Amino acid sequence: MKWHHEGPVLEIDRLSISFFTRLREIPAVMDFSLTIQPGEAVGLVGESGCGKSTVALGIMQDLGRTGRITSGTIRFKGRDLCKMGEPELRNIRGDEIAMIYQEPMASLNPAMRVGQQLMEVPMIHESASKEAARKLALRMIEDVRLPDPARIFRAYPHQLSGGQQQRIVIAMALMSKPSLLILDEPTTALDVTVEAGIVDLVKGLGRKYGTSMLFISHNLGLVLETCDRICVMYSGEAVERGSISDVFEDMRHPYTQALFRSIPLPGADKTARPLVAIPGNFPLPHERPPGCNFGPRCTFFREGQCDTAKVTMQPIPGNDRHESRCLRMPEIDWSAPPPLPVATGTVEPGEVVLKVEGLQKYYRVAANALTGGAKRVVKANETLSFEAREAETLAIVGESGCGKSTLAKVILGLQPATGGTVTFGGNEIQNIPVARRPREMVGNLQMVFQNPFDTLNPSMSVGHQIMRALEIFGVGTTVAERRERMLELLDLVKLPRAFANRMPRQLSGGQKQRVGIARAFAGNARVVVADEPVSALDVSVQAAVTDLLMELQREKRTTLLFISHDLSIVRYLADRVLVMYLGHVVELGTTAQIFAPPYHPYTEALLSAVPIADTKVKKERIVLEGDIPSAVNPPPGCPFQTRCRWKDKVGPLCETQTPPLREIAPGHSLKCHLSEEQLHLMRPVIQTEDT
Amino acid sequence: MIKFLLKRVGVMALTALCLTFVVFFLTNLDPNLEKLAKTQGNSRMSDAEVASWLEKNGYARPLLIRYGEWIGVVPGWTRTAPDGTVAGRCLHRGAAPETAPAYCGILQGDFGYSTRFRADVSEIIATRLALTGTLMFWVMIVMIPSALIIGVLAGMREGSRADRVLSSFSILWTATPEYVSGVIFIAVFASSAVGLKWVKGSAASAMRDVTFENFALPVATMALYGMGYIARMTRASMAEVMTAQYIRTARLKGLKFRRIILRHALRNALIAPFTVIMLQFPWLLTGVVVVETLFNYKGFGWTLFTAADTNDIELLLSCSIVAVLVVLVTQLISDIGYVFLNPRIRIS
Amino acid sequence: MDALGWGEILARMFVRFWPVWGALATSFALSFAFRRRLGLYGKLFDSPVGMIGYGLVMFWFFTALFADIIAPHDPIQVLSGMKNKPPGTPLPDGAEGYGYYLLGGDNLARDVFSRMVMGAREVLKIAPAATAFAFMVGITLGVPAGYYRGRLDLILSFIANLVLAFPVILLFYLLVTPEIMASAIPSGLAGVLFLFPILFLVILWNSRYRTRPSQRALYVGITVTLGAWLYAGLAFDADPLGVISMPPNTLIVFVAVVFVNSPTVFRIVRGLVMDIQTRDYVAAAQTRGEGPWYIMLWEILPNARGPLIVDFCLRIGYTTILLGTLGFFGLGVSAESPDWGSTIASASGLLSIYPHPALPPALALMSLVLGLNLLADGLREESLKD
Repeated sequence: MKWHHEGPVLEIDRLSISFFTRLREIPAVMDFSLTIQPGEAVGLVGESGCGKSTVALGIMQDLGRTGRITSGTIRFKGRDLCKMGEPELRNIRGDEIAMIYQEPMASLNPAMRVGQQLMEVPMIHESASKEAARKLALRMIEDVRLPDPARIFRAYPHQLSGGQQQRIVIAMALMSKPSLLILDEPTTALDVTVEAGIVDLVKGLGRKYGTSMLFISHNLGLVLETCDRICVMYSGEAVERGSISDVFEDMRHPYTQALFRSIPLPGADKTARPLVAIPGNFPLPHERPPGCNFGPRCTFFREGQCDTAKVTMQPIPGNDRHESRCLRMPEIDWSAPPPLPVATGTVEPGEVVLKVEGLQKYYRVAANALTGGAKRVVKANETLSFEAREAETLAIVGESGCGKSTLAKVILGLQPATGGTVTFGGNEIQNIPVARRPREMVGNLQMVFQNPFDTLNPSMSVGHQIMRALEIFGVGTTVAERRERMLELLDLVKLPRAFANRMPRQLSGGQKQRVGIARAFAGNARVVVADEPVSALDVSVQAAVTDLLMELQREKRTTLLFISHDLSIVRYLADRVLVMYLGHVVELGTTAQIFAPPYHPYTEALLSAVPIADTKVKKERIVLEGDIPSAVNPPPGCPFQTRCRWKDKVGPLCETQTPPLREIAPGHSLKCHLSEEQLHLMRPVIQTEDT
Repeated sequence: MIKFLLKRVGVMALTALCLTFVVFFLTNLDPNLEKLAKTQGNSRMSDAEVASWLEKNGYARPLLIRYGEWIGVVPGWTRTAPDGTVAGRCLHRGAAPETAPAYCGILQGDFGYSTRFRADVSEIIATRLALTGTLMFWVMIVMIPSALIIGVLAGMREGSRADRVLSSFSILWTATPEYVSGVIFIAVFASSAVGLKWVKGSAASAMRDVTFENFALPVATMALYGMGYIARMTRASMAEVMTAQYIRTARLKGLKFRRIILRHALRNALIAPFTVIMLQFPWLLTGVVVVETLFNYKGFGWTLFTAADTNDIELLLSCSIVAVLVVLVTQLISDIGYVFLNPRIRIS
Repeated sequence: MDALGWGEILARMFVRFWPVWGALATSFALSFAFRRRLGLYGKLFDSPVGMIGYGLVMFWFFTALFADIIAPHDPIQVLSGMKNKPPGTPLPDGAEGYGYYLLGGDNLARDVFSRMVMGAREVLKIAPAATAFAFMVGITLGVPAGYYRGRLDLILSFIANLVLAFPVILLFYLLVTPEIMASAIPSGLAGVLFLFPILFLVILWNSRYRTRPSQRALYVGITVTLGAWLYAGLAFDADPLGVISMPPNTLIVFVAVVFVNSPTVFRIVRGLVMDIQTRDYVAAAQTRGEGPWYIMLWEILPNARGPLIVDFCLRIGYTTILLGTLGFFGLGVSAESPDWGSTIASASGLLSIYPHPALPPALALMSLVLGLNLLADGLREESLKD
């Protein structure tokens, strides 16, 4: 049931959506307008809880039992979706509007073959015959560049990797050539190099079929790469809307500006140009302030003006359909640079604190949870060697499965090493489990965990948890003493002392992460392993937590092992970087050395894959083929040889011999067979226009 | 898969061995043997007479040896009385000592002799099991489809009126054990004093000929309790599946509600209850005993009851073997079925 | 005197239950008033299902508590002429006490109403305590099995599956007999099973206060002293003060019920621990060098409490059904015991002629179990809402 329509594919006009609970009405989206022209890709950006996914579900008319559209219209190709009945909507869903969301594994029916799930679409919408549907499905699998379509067609979802699953979801969405494709964080669950492939695919297919797209993401860099226009949301409202170049280069809303200043773009530097965190917290839906929602956190806030009446969208003269929801827009000097915080000065690294040499970690897993089966060996770490100095930040970078978390476990004594040594404070500790380590050493070697919702025990108060850590590390002799020290620690991580009596569920993600940091520093830590400490936090909170970590480190001359997959933040805060792939160190050097050629081919691809939210940055696009091999069955020779684009320059050596880690410059080592000359032929992946 | 099956069968054998030993041990405790002697011989036997009776019938030897005999790995005892007659474990049916086998345990297919019914245990078990099989067949026919339908209907729209009504019924049924529902059913439907007198309150005649009149109440009584439980499990599983992302995917593909339920939700929702249904079998045994006693239907449950009541050791042991085998086989089936229902486990 | 009509019977029963109504009203009023400060228990009063369940359970709880006041007659008193009399029959002339058998007389001419009321006490004397013991056993074994996995888990799981594979009814037939009661088996089993609560508490205090020796000594000391006293009295009837004891048939019923329930609790706890173990806060505790028992009992167990509380309620209901089954087969109860199971069994013989003695205990048992199930449902719903 496709009809022809001149004009915009989607017109949302002053849409409001609320959820109704037993206690109250919770407005999730308010006064939201958006237009998508045919063939246009619009990005919808905001932090979690800002209502961007609700907009998508509103368009789909799938808000569940508690959600309701309270006012406004959603016109799709001229017809109001809110006024359609269920059968009419069913005809549009999947046929005219298709949606893709975050978790590819969860979006596919685990008990149904991939092919069957694809075939359903044309069979119900176009009454296609089984044979026709099958042909179309196979062609579509080919279109999303999956190898061996016939095999994929018969596979169950769990037999595919995350990237392959997402390609299937995309194929399913494009089966009936919809006019509008809604993508809700389609790559958030994927690794960066896989994400780059998916982004490439979506862009290509969108152009090929002329599909309009609504791309929902929290990642400004990703929106820059995929979209023509952007709409920024904050707390249920659109705050700024316009073309990519207008919003990125000529932003007219304080929130947009603050957002850009809080993310680490190339050029940001922890000492000279630090990030500016947005103060305060995201308001809860029922605690929104009067007037401007962003008011309480805004540096341009003026009492009596910003907190009186609802603010409406104002067009910005001169720009193409560029609007902003700010009353003080004309008065603010938008080009003024951010106030420079007090310069902190660089910290000179001291002597070597932690030394890892030839570390190996293998472990065995059962092949099948129920039936047992032969045990397989996972080679999580292979001959890792590096050292970390006092007051230094060493970043460990790699994608999932590269063995970076296993490394952390071995250092902390949660798992014994299979081979090699870990030396800390003159002792070899690789085989001493944490329970048998002396109390002081345990306090000296601590960790900050990734998931803020998991890092604190939900049934123990915040203060209690910190005090327990103090007790274990032997700080203080009486309960009163420890209590005093705990309150000081709360001060240190900039949390109010009243939080001591709160339960973790009463804290926001960022606050929990601060408590986690306080706990890690409770025993005068000399080395802190931070495992993706900010990756689960919202962009605006990330900067504040990162800053806190850096500040504590400077003050206490702590060594920070910063584990991350996010090269932007690594570039911002690390002194030295270690790149891992499939259990190997593939490159090790200072931050400057890592981010400039010569690169290891994997580093090169990784750098190219990271989306950067800066229109001035030009990147060379390198899309890696295939997926990361499994650590159970690593490829012979160089671990990266299956995906390397430089392989043909070397020849068969890559497939037979693991290259040695060799030093190509002082402090810069690579694990690659490429010759010195070939390495020096590499061109920088990222170039900024003004350099 | 073969290795997995072999391992499972090994564990099963070990479990059966342990359990029968426990039963053997408990039934062969001194007070129990004394009771046996008195019921078999004379209720006013003196202690010395009891001892000599036990001696004469082979009970006065070490427990492990007798257990071995029962299993069939130790030769059966023989004993020549002063008068020259030979008695022995393998001679209980008047077989000649020369031709009788040396071993006669369950490994040889000899399940022993019932002291209560004065007949071969294997015969008794076979006839009684057949009767219970009939009962169970009808119970399953009634229970499983209706429980699954109720569960699916309730779970597919969580919180709706249909869900609330059906859930209330299933929760009520799980609170009604067989001896309660049986009593209520007889009082309401079969009581000659105040009841509706639709059906019979006894299933004794069903042993010869099953009719609706004599079988409706026992089947309903047994089915109800299990039904509530399975329906609640199915509902929970269904409700969980309905909130899954892939159901949303199916909905946003434009599928009809019916098709979403039948093609996408059902198979995933039935994985969990399948295991539950299989594990329900052993629990049904208690129900079988209650119902057969209450409705006077002399099947396996009634036999178990009688054997325990009279400490009929070999019959009780065989009953427990049957019961344990039922449990273990259903566990095995549930594991294998789970693997086949759930493609995620099957191929990896 | 004339026989009472149904309206009057119901009215009189309602009056007899007055202490229960009073207590119910008070507990509801108090709980409702302070429901915001009572955690999960308070949230129960936001859910209609939970409130109905709570009401039913508390009704029987208070009935058991005030049974002496409510029951108009002695439950084992036999009045000639009242045999199988229908509900509302007045006592024959000259008989003392309350003038009617409100729910009629049973086949031994005893008051059905009084027996039903006293039966509540029989059930609630055992079911909650036995369930609590089963939880202690299941938790003490399930937590380390889930945490350490490996061989320990293999052995414990095998034993648990062994007990689970044992048909409940067969176990009862074998275990709850006069012959077994006379042997050393009940004491032996009780000796093992009753050790777990003490063990559990000692490990609990020890792991928590290992850095503060004085506090540790105090808590462990109190636990061991009190525990040993109760243990000696309950399991071996050897209380030096002669206060604590348990009759042998209650002991064996208690032990059998704990024995049957523990493996299921074990499996639930083990599964929960395996799930919670993967959380970061457990890893955080490990990285600061906490002992395994501290992590198991103070980091993992408190976070498993939601599902465990729900299962506790369900399991009391299940135990009630088990006790009824035991009574129904006349196992472990004295001939005159007013417990619901044996009352139903003794009335079931004449059911098609005199249904009235069987129905009150049957409905009572059903409503108690229903209440517990509803309570569990309400708790589950509310705990998920957090």
